[in-house]
Amino acid sequence: MEVTQVLFNAQSIDGTVRKNAEESLKQFQEQNLPGFLLSLSGELANEEKPIETRKLAGLILKNALDAKEQHRKFELVQRWLSLDATAKSQIKACLLQTLSSPVFDAHSTTSQVIAKVAGIELPQKQWPELIGSLLSNVHQIPAYAKQATLETLGYLCEEVSPDVIDQDQVNKILTAVVQGMSASEGNIDVRLAATRALYNALGFAQANFSNDMERDYIMRVVCEATLSPEVRIRQAAFECLVSISSTYYEKLTPYIQDIFNITSKAVREDEEPVALQAIEFWSSICDEEIDILEEYGGEFTGDSDVPCFYFIKKALPALVPMLLETLLKQEEDQDQDEGAWNIAMAGGTCLGLVAQTVGDDIVPLVVPFVEENITKPDWRQREAATYAFGSILDGPSPEKLIPLVNVALTFMLSALTKDPNSHVKDTTAWALGRVFEFLLGPAVDLPIITQANCQQIVTVLLQSMKDTPNVAEKACGALYFLAQGYEGEGEPSPLTPFFQEIVQSLLTVTHREDVGDSRLRTAAYETLNEVVRCSTVETAPLVLQLVAVIMMELHNTLESQKLSSEEREKQSELQGLLCGCLQVIIQKLGSSETTKYAFMQYADQIMGLFLRVFACRSATVHEEAMLAIGALAYATGADFAKYMLEFYRYLEMGLQNFEEYQVCAVTVGVVGDISRALEEKIVPYCDGIMTQLLKNLSSNQLHRSVKPPIFSCFGDIALAVGEYFEKYLMWAMSALQSAADLSTHIAGDDELVEYTNSLRNGILEAYSGIFQGFKNSPKTQLLIPYAPHILQFLDGIYMEKDMDDMVMKTAIGVLGDLADTLGNHASSMIQQSVSSKDFLNECLSSEDLLVKESAQWAKLAISRAISV
Amino acid sequence: MAPHDIRRPFKRAAISDQQKRRELSLLRQAQNRRDAQQQARCLASSILSLQSAAPESQPEQSDIELETVPGAEKESEAFSKDLDVRQASKLRGPEVRKWFARQLMLPEWMIDVPDRLAQDWYVFARPAGKRCFVVSSNGTTVSRQRNGSILHHFPSALPAGAKIRDGSGSAQSYCILDCIFHELDQTYYVIDMVCWNGYSLYDCTAEFRFYWLNSKLEESGACNAPSHYHKFRFSAVPVYNCDQSGLHAAYTGVVPYAKDGLLFYNKHALYQTGNTPLALVWKDENCSQYVIDTDGKGEIPSQQQVVLELQDDRKLVTSDDPPVLFGCLDGDIIEKSGLHTGNLLRFAIGDGGLSFVEGKLEKADLIYLGKSNRARAFADSYSKVLFQFMVRHSPLKIDDLLASINSANDQEKTPSDIEMVG
Repeated sequence: MEVTQVLFNAQSIDGTVRKNAEESLKQFQEQNLPGFLLSLSGELANEEKPIETRKLAGLILKNALDAKEQHRKFELVQRWLSLDATAKSQIKACLLQTLSSPVFDAHSTTSQVIAKVAGIELPQKQWPELIGSLLSNVHQIPAYAKQATLETLGYLCEEVSPDVIDQDQVNKILTAVVQGMSASEGNIDVRLAATRALYNALGFAQANFSNDMERDYIMRVVCEATLSPEVRIRQAAFECLVSISSTYYEKLTPYIQDIFNITSKAVREDEEPVALQAIEFWSSICDEEIDILEEYGGEFTGDSDVPCFYFIKKALPALVPMLLETLLKQEEDQDQDEGAWNIAMAGGTCLGLVAQTVGDDIVPLVVPFVEENITKPDWRQREAATYAFGSILDGPSPEKLIPLVNVALTFMLSALTKDPNSHVKDTTAWALGRVFEFLLGPAVDLPIITQANCQQIVTVLLQSMKDTPNVAEKACGALYFLAQGYEGEGEPSPLTPFFQEIVQSLLTVTHREDVGDSRLRTAAYETLNEVVRCSTVETAPLVLQLVAVIMMELHNTLESQKLSSEEREKQSELQGLLCGCLQVIIQKLGSSETTKYAFMQYADQIMGLFLRVFACRSATVHEEAMLAIGALAYATGADFAKYMLEFYRYLEMGLQNFEEYQVCAVTVGVVGDISRALEEKIVPYCDGIMTQLLKNLSSNQLHRSVKPPIFSCFGDIALAVGEYFEKYLMWAMSALQSAADLSTHIAGDDELVEYTNSLRNGILEAYSGIFQGFKNSPKTQLLIPYAPHILQFLDGIYMEKDMDDMVMKTAIGVLGDLADTLGNHASSMIQQSVSSKDFLNECLSSEDLLVKESAQWAKLAISRAISV
Repeated sequence: MAPHDIRRPFKRAAISDQQKRRELSLLRQAQNRRDAQQQARCLASSILSLQSAAPESQPEQSDIELETVPGAEKESEAFSKDLDVRQASKLRGPEVRKWFARQLMLPEWMIDVPDRLAQDWYVFARPAGKRCFVVSSNGTTVSRQRNGSILHHFPSALPAGAKIRDGSGSAQSYCILDCIFHELDQTYYVIDMVCWNGYSLYDCTAEFRFYWLNSKLEESGACNAPSHYHKFRFSAVPVYNCDQSGLHAAYTGVVPYAKDGLLFYNKHALYQTGNTPLALVWKDENCSQYVIDTDGKGEIPSQQQVVLELQDDRKLVTSDDPPVLFGCLDGDIIEKSGLHTGNLLRFAIGDGGLSFVEGKLEKADLIYLGKSNRARAFADSYSKVLFQFMVRHSPLKIDDLLASINSANDQEKTPSDIEMVG
């Protein structure tokens, strides 16, 4: 195949030509993978070929080695590994050769392809000579070859995990990279490539950072690079510092003073991309210290974990003034620009994090700035003062803040209505929202909101909802937190008298002409949701009235025909907001018998609307409508059966949606809701549902987070249909058994432990549902063969000692369910298990009430099973 | 290698409302799943404790103390609806009565005739006697009255009701029957079936439960004459569709027991514990000896008496959920008689009677008599007060019931417009 021409054609502006070329490339790849890859790498390496085709050849090579989707990636890796060794070494030779090409596009693409091959081969202990030959390149004379090699090392470090490369090679890589960064390197491109490579290589430098001399050297070179005359190098060097701040927090003490000087100079004087990274360094230190302090509550005792060095607290007197200065550097109209991110925003965000880190100590440093600037004629000063005030509301104690807030509140309410600058109003509304977010609620003793000022607050906020879209959005946000402040309080909410007015104003906002261009409509519906969630029994009739209103809105979205794809997206988004709102209302009204009864008159119509929302799309289901249907099924109970015939196809479609795994997960949850609602009436749909769920479990395309809920869902179905579950028992049990085997032993990070526990919980909930479902049935004996494995599983996770309280509760419950259902058939098995002794005793003396309750149940059930 | 993005959320909440909705949904689903499992477990554990408590002692009628399950803590906890027996065993006196009473389905009194009586309802003559739960389990049978006290503890031919079977599978096997014990012929008349041979019928319709009751009870041999392993005879009662002939049969038909009114059960209703409008009781002098309530001495008082519960704002309410307000008690009386919130108080209805506006009670002429008998667990229900009031003033007669069935029939027969084609 003459690959050059095809690659040309694949970039043609003529669609037909392009399509044909793509098609023949695809065929080539499928029919002769080694030939395909060889041609491409040959094209890439050939200095006589045009730049365009070499570049595309490189890109296609890269895509033949890696993909975003996990299953596709796995497949490509397997295909590469099974290639003929000669072909592979030919390809790799071509690649290494291209790295020294003077053509920028050729070597730059090649460095990425090499990293991808390394990412596949190094973990398999293949291509051992790669790093050696790369390092020998570093000493080559043409600067472009040196640059390409350093870039390759950078990509390689991004691609493979540190444990794949031995320390000796790590040392060599770091030496080459840090040397390339140092001031003695004359070529700017080489120095930049080295600095960026270090960013990726930092994760490999654990041992080197523990060695004082090496660490000093690396830190010195990085700090020097922050002073480079080239702005991209300064920026890349600060990126390294940001990464070091989180990876090597505990090693920073000797350097922190110097770093403060460097960052502070950069924040005040350097160009914005550099200044932003300099601020990010301190934000990142705050993140670290907040985490540490949260974990230990300030009392560090452990000897293996990282202690808090209080860098922020120590830097406070200099850090806060630096950050306050940045607040005055706002851009005009930054509030209207969704993507804006500038030094004032970064500085303000950092100030908020500093407040969370140090608490009360920040207050005296910020208050004078607020007082000095809040009444100045320049809007920038008023806005900066308001932002500063708003940003310290999360962190310091309410005792410290409430006196300030009581003084400021009237001023803020007046600024929100009267300030001539929209920027100031935006920030004022945001700051009010922060006041409500952090200083309302049962934990706070002194009430900020009284009978006297409540009316004024509500009036001002509702008034501001008529302001420009960004101000109105923040006013909605403030109202959200105001409503949340009275959530679940037994006493009548002071907002109750204004309920109708608030709802009306929010609905008016959703109909503003300019609502489409901003987040305003979303904010208005979200606030409406929170107002409904936090409403009290007094306003239940008003919530009921809202049902018809929102239904009408939803109905209106269904009337528009022949939409463009953009309009369709907008329609779908609005339907999402409306379904979300209905979900919240259904859940609210469904939670009490009286309101539920009154709500039921709408059930048929609402379901009809949801079905029409589903029908708007062909291939996917609407997640929000699905969530709302779950709430509806819960509220209607067995009556939901009448909707099943029509609804079932969408349920199935949702379960098949692997791409949007959230939708799949939500649908699995809804199957649970429907099982509980319909009980044995779900039987006619079980074949389809169980088949799909089993398929989902065995798929490697489905996001793993959906699998635990699928197991729980087995339990829901089994409990609902009882012995009818027999049909699926063998399949379900075998899926459960293999998942149980996998989840007994775990070695991994916290995330994996957490996932494994959620998996165990799902498996155990399935067992519980199955045992309880089969109880009292003549088919109980079908479960006996599975009992030994289940008991073994319980013993296994008990021995591992890494389960959380949730798993503990579910696990001991399963022991009870097993005993309860199998009775004397299982008594000797139970008596032999560790779970029935040590585990049970441990649970019986648990501090967690739910664990204890489950354990008492298990004890009772076991004692009976044994006594019979 | 492009610069790394360091944008952080600005002036925005860290979590979206959509995420919040998802999380709240998951929370609700988890809670519902727990409830469903808890219910399944509760059923079993209430049987367990009933049987372990049974042989312990024959407690006196008034103050019942159940055995405390080992490991359970002693302190009395707040009363909640979904208690299981492990917790119930910690309860004392009136709370025990409340708990057991709540396990039974309690009919409301018929104060007006329900729609579709002929289509959707069953009717049968209620035997006079003690309403009780009969539980057979693990080789023994126990009957408990509404107030929780044990009536009998005996062997029976019910599944798992006596120690004569081989015991296999008995771990799962138990029965719960809703019965009336008829003193005269020493027979348990089974009016409803809650669990049979380990199979729960709580969530089955009355139609199914009655069908099951009729076929299974006979099969088990529980209807046979008493013997050594079967101390009391059980019997089903004849149940009729509530059409004209069925109602007539239930009202006038000859049964081996003394009748105490008619019971009406909605065919589609599940076994719902507590008061329910889907089961109704109705009486007149022809089918019951006790139409009008009697006082402690068995005499009919000249004025109707009612028992109401005192709430903390001096309100007097019925036992319904939600409670119906009958009036307020004078502060003086509360102070003088040392009354507390939750007390059950006895009143007479004075000459002012009950007055209604648009079908709702507006005013009641209440005369305070004193505290009620301490064996009472509940105040009267609204329907009971009203039924008693109607009995004394303008009773709902059997003819009214028959007439409503007839008129419904007439309606069904109303000819629709027919297009003539001839």
